[in-house]
Amino acid sequence: MLAYIVRRLLYAIPILVGVNLLTFTLFFVVNTPDDMARMQLGIKRVTPEAIDKWKAERGYDKPLLFNGAADGGAKLTRTIFFEKSVRLFVLDFGRADDGRDIGHEIKTRMGPSLAIAVPVFVLGLFVTVSFALMLAFFRATYLDFWGVVACVAMMSISSLFYIIGGQYLVSKVWHLVPISGYAGGLDAARFLLLPVIISVVAGIGSSTRWYRTIFLEEIGKDYVRTARAKGLSEQAVLFRHVLRNAMIPILTGVVVVIPLLFMGSLLVESFFGIPGLGSYTIDAINAQDFAVVRSMVFIGSVLYIAGLLLTDLSYTLVDPRVRLQ
Amino acid sequence: MRELAIHVLLPTLALVLGGCGEVWNNPYPVQEGGGNILYSAFTERPKHLDPVQSYSEDESEFNSQIYEPPLQYHYLKRPYELVPMTAEAVPRPRYEDAAGRTVAADSRRVAFSVYEIRIRPGIRYQPHPAFARDEAGRLRYHDLKREDLAKIHSLRDFPHAGTRELVAADYVYQIKRLAHPRLHSPVFGLMSEYLVGLKAFAERLKVEEAKLVAAGRKGVWLDLTQFPLAGVEIIDTHSYRIRIKGRYPQFAYWLAMNFFAPVPVEVDRFFAQAGMAERNLTLDWYPVGSGPYMLTENNPNARMVLERNPNYRGESYPDRGEETDAVDGLLSDAGKRMPFIDKVVFSREREGIPYWNKFLQGYYDFSGISSDSFDQAVRVSVEGEASVSPEMTARGIKLETSVGTATRYFAFNWLDPVVGGGQADAAARERARKLRQAIAIALDWEEFISIFANGRGIPAQGPIPPGIFGIKPGADGINRVVYDWKDGVPLRKPIEAAKKLLAEAGYPDGRDANSGQPLVLYLDTTDRGPGDKPRLDWYRKQFAKLSIQLEIRGTDYNRFQEKVRKGAAQIFVWGWNADYPDPENFLFLFHSAQSRAKFQGENAANYANPEYDRLFEQVKHMENGPPRQALIDRMMAILQEDAPWSFGFHPKDYSLHHGWVANLKPNHMARNGLKYQRIDAAQRERLRAEWNRPVLWPLGLLAMVLAASAAPAVIGWRRRERAKGRA
Repeated sequence: MLAYIVRRLLYAIPILVGVNLLTFTLFFVVNTPDDMARMQLGIKRVTPEAIDKWKAERGYDKPLLFNGAADGGAKLTRTIFFEKSVRLFVLDFGRADDGRDIGHEIKTRMGPSLAIAVPVFVLGLFVTVSFALMLAFFRATYLDFWGVVACVAMMSISSLFYIIGGQYLVSKVWHLVPISGYAGGLDAARFLLLPVIISVVAGIGSSTRWYRTIFLEEIGKDYVRTARAKGLSEQAVLFRHVLRNAMIPILTGVVVVIPLLFMGSLLVESFFGIPGLGSYTIDAINAQDFAVVRSMVFIGSVLYIAGLLLTDLSYTLVDPRVRLQ
Repeated sequence: MRELAIHVLLPTLALVLGGCGEVWNNPYPVQEGGGNILYSAFTERPKHLDPVQSYSEDESEFNSQIYEPPLQYHYLKRPYELVPMTAEAVPRPRYEDAAGRTVAADSRRVAFSVYEIRIRPGIRYQPHPAFARDEAGRLRYHDLKREDLAKIHSLRDFPHAGTRELVAADYVYQIKRLAHPRLHSPVFGLMSEYLVGLKAFAERLKVEEAKLVAAGRKGVWLDLTQFPLAGVEIIDTHSYRIRIKGRYPQFAYWLAMNFFAPVPVEVDRFFAQAGMAERNLTLDWYPVGSGPYMLTENNPNARMVLERNPNYRGESYPDRGEETDAVDGLLSDAGKRMPFIDKVVFSREREGIPYWNKFLQGYYDFSGISSDSFDQAVRVSVEGEASVSPEMTARGIKLETSVGTATRYFAFNWLDPVVGGGQADAAARERARKLRQAIAIALDWEEFISIFANGRGIPAQGPIPPGIFGIKPGADGINRVVYDWKDGVPLRKPIEAAKKLLAEAGYPDGRDANSGQPLVLYLDTTDRGPGDKPRLDWYRKQFAKLSIQLEIRGTDYNRFQEKVRKGAAQIFVWGWNADYPDPENFLFLFHSAQSRAKFQGENAANYANPEYDRLFEQVKHMENGPPRQALIDRMMAILQEDAPWSFGFHPKDYSLHHGWVANLKPNHMARNGLKYQRIDAAQRERLRAEWNRPVLWPLGLLAMVLAASAAPAVIGWRRRERAKGRA
């Protein structure tokens, strides 16, 4: 297994280079270093000299990908792409275009992002798996039918509607929790209650339908019929056999997102004023801050690769037949 | 399950709700209840708080409460008037000839303007570790090693703080920082044109910086006190002198901006130490001033907190203002010592809906009015008078309206062969002029203001907004090309007048008289989303009145800027916010030396008219008065006739505030208004409690709905289990 992990980690390097190249290309297709400088220096009274100075200080005065004026290997290394990318691989994110340390920002914002993402993940998983199991238990009954109808209805509604509707009813009309904001420590709970509930409710429809499909597929298999023939209760059949055997497709979708919980949620953080990494990314895109954008994309890629690796490893835990070679 | 409920869920619920006090939706800590605290919000995180770099209103909201330039604007008087802040008086320039001899203000030999500024003694800075001294009188934190900073993450981690008196040298040091090679002052280019020796000083600093880099000492503190700046000198502890090239009366306005606020050398040196920047400990992050407030929490992701500066000298609330100010209660605190508020909490709100709702709940003391909430908040009478809606009145919310010192317009690119005025052929220039005039008449800005700005604007007769010298009220001040004066109001000329001009321009019925081809014009804009479609349709409709086809070229902001910069856009929408309340700050937008395409200046339309340029050169150096007004009148006539812009409108600002906030008067020039404001915290606390009583029945209803939904499943489950048992 160790060889497998090492091999997968080595595969990750070209993937990360590719992702970085793609981000770089996409970013600089729509933004030039001049645009970035203007964004930072403001609109009024910006002189060409000030722009040149800003670019030179941050290394944006070099060619993007190929430096024809340099010699040998420097043709590739004395470029914006190389200089900005290579540090990422040692997790040196450098400074944002406004001069602030990106690593420090990430550390600061990771907490609020996790504070909302982890409860949503755990609670959401529990609720949706339970609901899906119930629908599978009552398959082909009116409960199943109306449950699926409710799921389809819920997944058809935009998550923005849940957020605005939730804020309107729970915070504005009923005055039960603050509309938005954040505080550290235990005080964070009252700010997180509503976004967590809304995020869980917004995810119930699609996840439940997915898990229900998985459970129904398992329920139709021979081992379930055998279990029932042995006289096991439906409860035992569902929880001891069906759920366990359905773990592989569930893990495929679930484990991969665990590392990505660090990245936060763009929409929820923005509407609820939670100072997490999701809103950091949005701010960076709006500010055309390439240093932050590439760092966040890079971290996202690393976490996604880690998630995929964890998913593979988790298969071996839930299914002894799986061997990683 | 029961144990889980007892040991985990119930305590959590109790904690969550118990932390809320009387109301449950209060976003602020219970301990702040009833405090003399002002609550506000910000939507954009500040990029720079270093006064040498900061130039946006968002940043000024913080910096202007902390930094004290020598001058400020009178809070109540209109037109805007400069008054001393830390200076003893508003300086009057003394004029010198090339040899340094004093000459009369109107002398032709004027080569320099000399401003001598005397600072009031006894003003002290906020407490700050950069000023802290040990028992021996040495600065405690000026020779820190990296290991000393191991446990330092914010300024609060320094156990000692100190202060010292504000001196003239601090102002001189900041002026030198305008030329610092590592800083990007947006006004360096402009100031180096006027401030004697600033350009040479910048070159000198570049050389010194290069030496440091060559010596492997990049980033080491550059002591600006070691290098003289010819145009700025310290006279004594509390006085300094600034020498300006020629006449530049607008320079006094710059002395009211934070670019000319004091920065103590110790503070600059303190933050320049190795390891500070890595911890985000920079002057760009932690402003240090002598103003009424100091920044005690800087978390631009969530909130920024200003607290009363314990060393603030205290200013008196003004005892004079406009005629209506006494009636409006704005002079009730005349002569009282400011500031009135102990603490100001700015929370980050990215979205408009939470911001608006929290304002209605009493958790923000002010709010702007977005288009979404306009109808809920404002009623506009038949006469066009705006007032708050009955719903807002019931909550004691008040509306403040004011015309901004800004203008929005359609620009015609002067370099364009169709709509521009730069053609060599006089007949072609005349055709283009009439075309622009026709479009200026057809563009119904009154309708635009009504539809898209909820009436929040005043149709512009020229570039200068109301409240600034140079604009004339009544019939004398209207744009005669576009308006007629009827029944005491300006009335846009009928579309027939525009069609006549269009025909004279060679485009009868919107077709080229020679080729018969329809006239197609191109509008560059950043509006391109679905929400912008009504506005774009409106633009098309205005041109369609003249049978002109308008092609909209929607693009992102960067491309748009680039096209304007290169002079490649034909027609575009643009705007300008004043830096200072002087007509020069609007009239320079048409000076050919400011051409955007040729010189990267602020004349985005690239307009060029030698007569206008000549008049501008005269006007910009004149004092306000009849002679200046006469020249401005001529310049306005030229602009109205040439129509390089279709003068759009001057936006009107509407803002709401709760009844517990006093002394609020919109001031578009000054951002240091927090010190004047006062709140009735007890009233706010009472009303918050009244408005935000928790409504609990939905919780019961929710529990019942959940139980009712679960009941069929539970019943079904049991029935199945029993059925199996029987089988």
